[in-house]
Amino acid sequence: MNTGKLHEFVEKLKAENAVWVADVKDARGEVTVTVPRESIAQVCRVLKTEYAFDMLADVCGADRGPEEEPRFEVNYHLFSTVHHSRLRLKVLLSEDEPNVPTVVTIWKAADWHERETYDMFGVIFDGHPDLRRILLPSDFDGHALRKDYPLRGYEPYSLT
Amino acid sequence: MSIAVENIPSKFEVLDQALESQMTLSMGPQHPSTHGVLRLELQLDGELVIKTVPDIGYLHTGMEKLFEYKKYQQGIVITDRMDYLNPLGNNLAYVMAAEKLLDLEIPERAQVIRVMFCELQRIASHMVWLGTHALDIGAMSPFFYAFRQREKILNLIEAASGGRMTPSYFRIGGLMMDLPAGFERRCKQFLEDFPAALDQFETLVTGNTIWQSRTKGIGVITAEEAIDWGLTGPCLRGSGVSLDLRRDNPYSGYETYDFEVPVEPDGDVWARFRVRMRELYESYKIVRQALERLKPGPIKADAPKIVLPDRDDMRKHMDSLIHHFLIVAEGFNVPEGEVYHAIEASKGELGVYMKSNGGPKPDRVHFRGPSFVNLAALPVMSEGEMVADVVAIIGSLDIVLGEIDR
Repeated sequence: MNTGKLHEFVEKLKAENAVWVADVKDARGEVTVTVPRESIAQVCRVLKTEYAFDMLADVCGADRGPEEEPRFEVNYHLFSTVHHSRLRLKVLLSEDEPNVPTVVTIWKAADWHERETYDMFGVIFDGHPDLRRILLPSDFDGHALRKDYPLRGYEPYSLT
Repeated sequence: MSIAVENIPSKFEVLDQALESQMTLSMGPQHPSTHGVLRLELQLDGELVIKTVPDIGYLHTGMEKLFEYKKYQQGIVITDRMDYLNPLGNNLAYVMAAEKLLDLEIPERAQVIRVMFCELQRIASHMVWLGTHALDIGAMSPFFYAFRQREKILNLIEAASGGRMTPSYFRIGGLMMDLPAGFERRCKQFLEDFPAALDQFETLVTGNTIWQSRTKGIGVITAEEAIDWGLTGPCLRGSGVSLDLRRDNPYSGYETYDFEVPVEPDGDVWARFRVRMRELYESYKIVRQALERLKPGPIKADAPKIVLPDRDDMRKHMDSLIHHFLIVAEGFNVPEGEVYHAIEASKGELGVYMKSNGGPKPDRVHFRGPSFVNLAALPVMSEGEMVADVVAIIGSLDIVLGEIDR
């Protein structure tokens, strides 16, 4: 895919506010922009209103491992129904303060994606209207997709 | 034993109370029309739905965690079990993400076979949708006719891969094996009969007045809302947005096929129904074109360290045997990086986020299931409708809980 247009967007973003873009990566036809967590909501709003990224395709977390710093990533996959290009925004979070502003106010689609990320990684989306567990039961202990969570859980498996 | 008669409210009093106050109804998780283990918490005023809260997770099996403990080629088997009505679509999304990381080039014949099977699978998936959707609304006979067509496709998939519901036919770098002898004839036979079957569905379902009155104007979602909620696939095209990743972000050579993207403007259950019915014909067209294009050629990429060698090669060549042993025992290393690959599955955009740290097992695999996102928009469509219509709306979303809960 041609990434020329995406770089144009990123350059414009940089010109608007230099703080917004911490890092830009172009690999395998995909552009990844690392955004400081304080400005993610602002960047998303600008991308949606000015650059026609009107659809949030996906939000997913990732754990780099307990000894890494920053430990968590949250990836936002933006899509445009107008020019059909994709952009990935990345926010890096530390284990001590895994908080990031929500983007539910910008795309309603973020609702369940953010709940899933919270459920699996324990990332807290500040301002989310209904941040509950979604896939795992509400009394589940821990966050299953963290690297230090064992594959078979802490307790022996039982059907009763 | 006596009961104080004055303490029991009269039958009519109970009825009056129910009409005046709201009640909460737990629909599911074992309700037949919720298509699996989905629970809806419906707040009702009489029969009017005031609030819908979907409750999911009953089928959660921790697939995304499991991927991190399996080698890349072992992950394909897990994807079969996600959207179990569209396993080949899941295979394709996963395999293509890995191929993107590995930078593999897939030979022409493998691409054509992939496209052909994905479209056959789309028809099979839509057949289940049509059958169960009609069954939910009260038409029983289309179910049998639809499943008869689906059975023919499953037989074709079985002939090629050995599995009906869990084919794992697409592999990283190509296909598991070539098509069996006589496959083209059997596929042609299916294609010859299919347009007549489509006409049959149109007369059975589309022209039915009860069907029309149960679906028209029900569960409306506007184009802006649909995009905001991230709807994709037939649900989005039913709201008048012309978006199809096969045309707009083409992969596997879809740009070379001649097909149309059906769009209906109304955004109701009927519009989503019409989009899928018209899509069936487009898929049929693509399968026919793919079948014409089938030319003999390799079905695996030229990457001996990634793709398993043919059995015949292993008997003759020492290095093939070594590669086979190494791939099975240790897997192959995938270069560091991350990709997001999205395909147009039968239910919408199926995206795979795959992150590699350079080893033989992925660091993170995340699936963006179309059913997951489409179901999130159920409250918007169902609030303000009748309880009986919620069943019709769920049917029109075409959800599979295996993919939602993963």
